[in-house]
Amino acid sequence: MSDRRDFFGKALGAFAGLGALGALYAAKRTWDPLPSVKAAGFTTLDLSGLSENKLYVDKWRGKPILIIKVAKNSKPNEAPNGNNKNAYEDPRLISVGGHKYMIVIGLCTHLGCIPDYFSDKHKFICPCHGGQFNAAGEVLKAPPPSPLVIPPFKITGNKVVLGEEGPEYKKLKESGLVA
Amino acid sequence: MAHFDPNAKPFSHKWLDERLAVDTLQKVLSTEYWIPKNINFLWAMGMILAATFGILLLSGIFLLMYYIPDTKLAFDSVNHTIMGEVGYGWLWRHMHGVAASVVFLIIYIHMLTGIYYGSYKRGRELIWISGMLLFVSFSAEAFSGYMLPWGQMSYWAGMVITNLFSLGSLNLNGLVEWIRGDYVPGQAFLGRFFMLHVLLMPLIIMALIVLHFGTLRIPHVNNQDGEEIDFEEEAKKWKAGNRKESKVIPFNPVFLSKDVFVMSIYFIIYFYLVFYHFEFAMDPVNFDPADPLKTPPHIYPEWYFLWSYEILRPFSKNAGLIAFGFAQVIFFFLPFLDRSANVAPANRRGLFKYWFWILVVDMIVLTIMGKVPPMGIYTTIGTVAAWTFILLWAVLPFITKMEKPVRGSK
Repeated sequence: MSDRRDFFGKALGAFAGLGALGALYAAKRTWDPLPSVKAAGFTTLDLSGLSENKLYVDKWRGKPILIIKVAKNSKPNEAPNGNNKNAYEDPRLISVGGHKYMIVIGLCTHLGCIPDYFSDKHKFICPCHGGQFNAAGEVLKAPPPSPLVIPPFKITGNKVVLGEEGPEYKKLKESGLVA
Repeated sequence: MAHFDPNAKPFSHKWLDERLAVDTLQKVLSTEYWIPKNINFLWAMGMILAATFGILLLSGIFLLMYYIPDTKLAFDSVNHTIMGEVGYGWLWRHMHGVAASVVFLIIYIHMLTGIYYGSYKRGRELIWISGMLLFVSFSAEAFSGYMLPWGQMSYWAGMVITNLFSLGSLNLNGLVEWIRGDYVPGQAFLGRFFMLHVLLMPLIIMALIVLHFGTLRIPHVNNQDGEEIDFEEEAKKWKAGNRKESKVIPFNPVFLSKDVFVMSIYFIIYFYLVFYHFEFAMDPVNFDPADPLKTPPHIYPEWYFLWSYEILRPFSKNAGLIAFGFAQVIFFFLPFLDRSANVAPANRRGLFKYWFWILVVDMIVLTIMGKVPPMGIYTTIGTVAAWTFILLWAVLPFITKMEKPVRGSK
């Protein structure tokens, strides 16, 4: 008698458990980003006609993209962490048509605020927690733990397509320089 | 089978009592729920919180009728429709905003009262823990509600707080995108936070309020001296007519009348704020619509989150997150970190007296430092205050272990 009750109890528990797992999975998938959100998202940047040492802002997948045509002499006025090299020499810059560009996602790697660019000081300062970056997106002052992130890009002539991985991006990625 | 009197008139007292045991219910929940006499106005904070939650619920119902959870329409539905067109829409919004802010002030007073009088010890641990769960739920409710007007501060607070879930160097960006339902806060994000704010979190809060009251029923509330009262014995005295000698009073109507008096004073202040000083609960930055391409010059949370936000700020990313996580959970462990058996006000408890007041001052300093821009001397003060907070909790088990028994407590 009690064997039979045990069996029914376990069978009920097993089915209810399966149902609960299925419901959990469905709930998780409901919270996933929608396919339309994931599919949207190539931005073409036209780099011809940009002035040097001036910040341009575009948008890719809802995130701000910061673009600077880096001037030959882009040394930050001061670097609290000692990293005061000339940003023009930075390997993270992207060469397009003989000029060097910083193209990064404009969200501070600390908590995602947009840093402001001060062209006279050749550096970014984040308004939220005071992090600083040079004109190539390298950290000059904590709390940000890593440089500004370079989005996947592909160079075609004077244009750069964001969202596609071109050979230049893959090279940077292999050298571990994109983030 | 139970006995049902065939002559009882439908819905008469007897008829109801036979079917619902209304007499027993009334005794257990109100007329024979005993409250010590030896208490002060700080014991009214619980009912004030319950009443404020009621105000939030009611004003929220009216706001819900016109609010539109759409990234293109949300801002106008609040700032144009509700504030400008809906008759008395401004009243519901200001009541909701002001109550959301003052409810945290009362929660902090309620918590600090509990800490000061040792009302989390010896049988009252679950009151403390369910109360902390309520604090966390109210925080989630306040944060999700803050997203809904879809202003600049909504958007950027949403960005910064959801980024915390990447857990620093673990770089769990997939988790952050999953929480948002997008690469950045967008329609999916607004929709789910709307659901959390108007349904799931209120349900959780209501369930926790019931649990919180339930945890209180057997140990009863503490009193000003931490005296262990034999509630059954004292209740007998009250019921026998020895009301002067008895150390307790019934919750209803005796204690409740005192509660209502304190509540009245509270509501006078509350409605003064609603009608004349609502702006303190309305951040001007949030009157600009959300703009994903422009960070406000200075992002800060509402005042009640500032102290824990300031614990995050002075450290590097990973250490900051650990310190922040510590600040979020450490209060839960208070009943177990306090190793002294003394249930007594802090001022009779030796070193704990200093611990308590340093904690209060430190949290006020952290709150102020969280509001000012992160530079110069403020960074230094913030760092010292954050370390003080962590050290206070580290020393608590030791200073309470050394504590001498207070007279009268076992």
